[in-house]
Amino acid sequence: MSSKKIVRLPTDEKIIQMARHVRVQGLAGEDPRFNVPSRTLANVNFNEVKRIIEMGDGKTAREFFNLGQSKKFMQTMLVAEACKRLVDAGKTNSIRDLYYMTKHTIAGTRENTFDDQAESDPIIEDLEVTLDSLREELHLFASNKGAMVGEITVVDGGDVIDARRMGTGGWSVPSIVEPDVIQFRECEAKFVLLVEKDAMWRRLNEDKFWKKHHCILIHGGGQPPRGVRRLMHRMVHELKLPLYVFVDNDPWGYYIYSVVKQGSISLAYESRRMAIPSAKFIGLSSADVEKFQIPDEVTIRLEDTDIARAKEIMAYPWFTGNKAWQKEIQRMLSSKVKLELEALSAKGITFASDEYLPRKLKEKDFLD
Amino acid sequence: MASNAPDAQSMAKRQQEISVADFFAKNRHMLGFDNTRKALLTAVKEAVDNSLDACEEARILPRIRVEIRKVEGTEDHYVLSVRDNGPGIMKAQIPRVFGKLLYGSKFHRLRMSRGQQGIGISAAGMYGQITTAKPVQITSRPFKSKPAHYYELRMDLKRNEPVILVDDEVDWGDPGTGTKVEITMKATFFRGRQSVDEYLEQTAIANPHAEFSFLAPDNTERIFPRAAKELPPEPVEIQPHPHGIELGIFTRLLHDSPHRSMGVFLTGSFSRVTSQAASQVCKASGIALSAVPADLHPHEAEKLFHALQKAELPPPRTDCLAPIGVEHLLKGMHKELGAEFYSATTRKPSIYRGNPFQIEVGLAWGGKLESDSVARVIRFANRVPLQYQLSACSSTKAVMDVAWKSYGLQQSKGSLPVGPLVIMVHMASVWVPFTNQAKEAIADYDEIRKEFKLALQDAGRKLGTYLKKKQAAASQAKRRNIFNAYIEEVVRAFQQITKEDGSDLREALLETSRKKTELAEKLEAMKHKEAPEEMEGTLVIGEDGQPLVPGAVVASELPPEIDTDTLPEPSEGDLESLVESTTAAPKAKTHRPEGHHEESSAKAVQASLFGDDEA
Repeated sequence: MSSKKIVRLPTDEKIIQMARHVRVQGLAGEDPRFNVPSRTLANVNFNEVKRIIEMGDGKTAREFFNLGQSKKFMQTMLVAEACKRLVDAGKTNSIRDLYYMTKHTIAGTRENTFDDQAESDPIIEDLEVTLDSLREELHLFASNKGAMVGEITVVDGGDVIDARRMGTGGWSVPSIVEPDVIQFRECEAKFVLLVEKDAMWRRLNEDKFWKKHHCILIHGGGQPPRGVRRLMHRMVHELKLPLYVFVDNDPWGYYIYSVVKQGSISLAYESRRMAIPSAKFIGLSSADVEKFQIPDEVTIRLEDTDIARAKEIMAYPWFTGNKAWQKEIQRMLSSKVKLELEALSAKGITFASDEYLPRKLKEKDFLD
Repeated sequence: MASNAPDAQSMAKRQQEISVADFFAKNRHMLGFDNTRKALLTAVKEAVDNSLDACEEARILPRIRVEIRKVEGTEDHYVLSVRDNGPGIMKAQIPRVFGKLLYGSKFHRLRMSRGQQGIGISAAGMYGQITTAKPVQITSRPFKSKPAHYYELRMDLKRNEPVILVDDEVDWGDPGTGTKVEITMKATFFRGRQSVDEYLEQTAIANPHAEFSFLAPDNTERIFPRAAKELPPEPVEIQPHPHGIELGIFTRLLHDSPHRSMGVFLTGSFSRVTSQAASQVCKASGIALSAVPADLHPHEAEKLFHALQKAELPPPRTDCLAPIGVEHLLKGMHKELGAEFYSATTRKPSIYRGNPFQIEVGLAWGGKLESDSVARVIRFANRVPLQYQLSACSSTKAVMDVAWKSYGLQQSKGSLPVGPLVIMVHMASVWVPFTNQAKEAIADYDEIRKEFKLALQDAGRKLGTYLKKKQAAASQAKRRNIFNAYIEEVVRAFQQITKEDGSDLREALLETSRKKTELAEKLEAMKHKEAPEEMEGTLVIGEDGQPLVPGAVVASELPPEIDTDTLPEPSEGDLESLVESTTAAPKAKTHRPEGHHEESSAKAVQASLFGDDEA
C-alpha cells in the first residue's frame, strides 16, 4: 500500500485546499481542474502477492471548461461543499440525503444540478479518491443493505446484538462497520457463508442452517455493499473465520465472488480493507447440474451478454492462471446454461440446507 | 383482294402540303398550349421573353407591364396584355412577326437569346384566335417623334400568312418607344406553382436589371422592382463551330454556299477554322482547296465532314455568352426570396457538341424559406424560367447527384435535399438543347450535367461553410451559457467552503469562458451587422433584411473575357495601353446609355450592391 501520505490532513482542511486550488487556477486564467484518480479497469493492477486489486496512479483531469466534464466539475464542488457542511456540523448523512442536499435548479436555467442519486453517487466516490478520504471521513454512509444471523454477538453503536436471536429478518448490516462502531463479542461460528440473495438466505435461516453447521449467514442483496464486505473482511481477519461464497451459477455470480475475493475495479482503493483473498467459492458450480442431478427444466439459456461477460471474467488476471476456474467457466460456456440458487428447490424445499451445502462442505468441494 | 382499295393515283390526290400553322394548330401541346392553365403562362412567357430580348438588344433597361383581364360576360376568356419600353417594331414587320409562324431573326443566327425559334409569340396569337376567334392587337412605337401604329391581325392558318384587319395610328401614352401585344384567349387564371406569378417572380430573379409589374384579373397589382442598373453585356453573334454541326446541315451549307472555293467556304462559314486548318482538312479528305463548294459530290462532302470533325481546332469562342454573373444572381435572389444566406457561382464557359455554354448556380438558404420541405429548384435557360418537367431536366439530375449532406443539409440518397433552400440553376448558351419544343427541360448531355454539378458543388461549399460557421457560433453560444450558469454554482460552493469572497474567482472564470467561446459573439453580430467572414460570391442578410458587411464581396469569378484576336499587339512594356484597350474594347462594340457600364473592381461592386436604394 502506498504510504506516502505521512501527515493526514483533516477532511475539512482537504476540502478547503481543494477549493482554494480552484481559485488559484481560475485567477491564473487556467482551466480549473481536479485530478481524479481513475476508477477504471485500465487503472487497476492485480497485486500477485497480496492477491487483491489495487488502484494504479492513473488520474483523469476533470476540467471545468470542457463541455463533457464541466457539469461533473461543478457537481464535485457541490458534493465537496455538502460534505464540508456535514463535517463542520459533526453529523453524518446518507448518500441519498446528500443527493437532496446538493440538488437544486441552476439559476437562469431549467437544469438541475443532479437529476437522480445515480448521478451523485459516483461523484462521491470520485471525491473519496480525489481527497484520499474514506466515505466515513466525509461523514457519509449508504443505506443498509444486507442482513446477518449466526453464532455471534456484536456490539453496534453500544448496543449488544445477539445474532442468534434475530428472528426471520436478521440484523441489518450498517453501512459503516469500523471498529469504533461495531465490536465483536462471543463467537462460536466456524465459518461465514455469504449468500447472494435474500430468498436463499431466508431459506437457510428458516432451516436454522447456521445452528446446525455453526456459522454466520450473511447476504448482501446481490452485489454486497461496502458495509457487508467490510464486516466480512473484519470477521475473516479478526476472528480468523473462513468465508464461503454461495451465488447463482452465472457470470454475475462469478463477478460477486471476484469482487469479494479480489476487490472491485471502481472501488479498488478500498481493496486493502475489503478484499478477502482467502474467500472460497462454494457454489453454484457449473459441475453441480450433473453432480446433483439438477433437472434440465430449471436451467436457463445463456444470453449473448452472459457469454461476453463470462469470457471477460475468464480473462481477468486473477482467473487466467487458475485452471479450476478456467474449467468452471468453460464448462458453463459449453453447457450454454446458467442456474439460479432457487433452482435447488426443484430437488426439494430444504435441499439446499439438508443436502447441497452439507455435501459441499463435507467434500470441501470449493473453488479457490 | 378487294378491288376498291386505293391505288397510288387516288392516294396522291389526297396528299397535299400541310401548312406549318395548320400542323401546329393541331399539335399545340408541342408549343406549350396543352390546356387553358398552361396556355396563359406560355403566352405571357413568349411575350415577356420577346420584350426582354428586344430591350436588351436595343440596350434599354426593360420595364414590362403584364395585365390579365377577364372578358366580361364570358366564362374563361381573358385578355392578356404585355407592354414594354423596348425599341418598338417597324410597321412593315409587325404582321409577319405576330401573324406568321417561324418568322424571326433568332433562328438563323448563333447568338444567345431568350426566344430561339420564332414560333412563340405568333403561336400564342394563333391559340387565341383558335379559342376565341379574336384577332391579336399590336401597338408599337419605334420612333419617339411619331405616334404609335396599331394593328389587328388574323392568321390565315392554311397559308401561314397574316391578314390585317385594322391598321391605325394611336397615342402611345408615354414619351418613349415600346410595343404592346394584346391577345384574347381562353385561359384559366390561378396562382401558385407553374403560374404567371411564379414565372414573373423567377424572371425577376434572373433579370434583376428589369422591372416588372403585374395586374391580375382580381385587380391586385404586384411590382417586381429593379435591383441592378447594368444591362447584361451584349452577346456576340458567332459562326457555327465545325464540331457542333451535323452532316445534313453541313451538306446544306455546302450547297447553299456562294463561296467560290473550299478555302473561303471553310474559313468564312465556321468559327475557329484558319486557312491553315482549312488546307489541312482539304488535304486529309483529298479535296482541292480550290474546289467549288456547291459542286461537291455527296460522298466527297461526307469525307470532308469527317476530316473536319477530326481536325484539331480551338474550341468555339465563348464571348457570345452573357451569363447573369455572380453579383446579379445574388441581387436577383435577394430581392425576391427573402432568405438569410445566398451564394452564387458562375462557371467558366464550356462546350457541348461544339456549342459554347455556361452554367450558373445560386443558392438561397434560410430566412423566409420553408424549412421542412424539399428544396425548391428554379431553372433557367438564357434567363428564361423553366417551370415544367422538373424531373426531366439535366439540372435536376445534377442537383440529385450532389451530396448535399456534406454541406450540412438533409438529403435522402438520389433525391432533392430538404431544408429552407432554393436552388437556382441557369444555362446560358447560343443553343440550349431542350428536350421538347415547348422548352421545358434541358437535355441531359454529360458535359452539361457535369458543369451543373461542379457549379452546384461550388455554391454548396460556400453554403456549407456558412452553415458550419453559424453552427459553430451557435454551439459556442450554447457552451458559454452552460459555462456561465455553472460558474455561479462553482463560485457559490467555493464561498461556502472557504468563507472567502470569491468574486475575483467569478470574474476570472467568466473572462476565461468568454475567451473560450469567442465565436459566440459572432452569432450576435450576425443577427445585426456583421457577416461571419469574407467569402466570395455570397451574401448574408441580417435580421433587419439588410445585407451584412463585410461578408458579401461579390467580385465575379471570371476575368472579363478578352478577345485576343481583336486586340492590338501590345508594344513592349506598354502595359497601360493594354489595360486601356481591353476595357475600351467592349464599349466600342456596344451602344450603351451613359452611366450603365460596370466598374470591375470588387469595391465598386460591393458599394453598388449595398448602396442600391431600390433593393
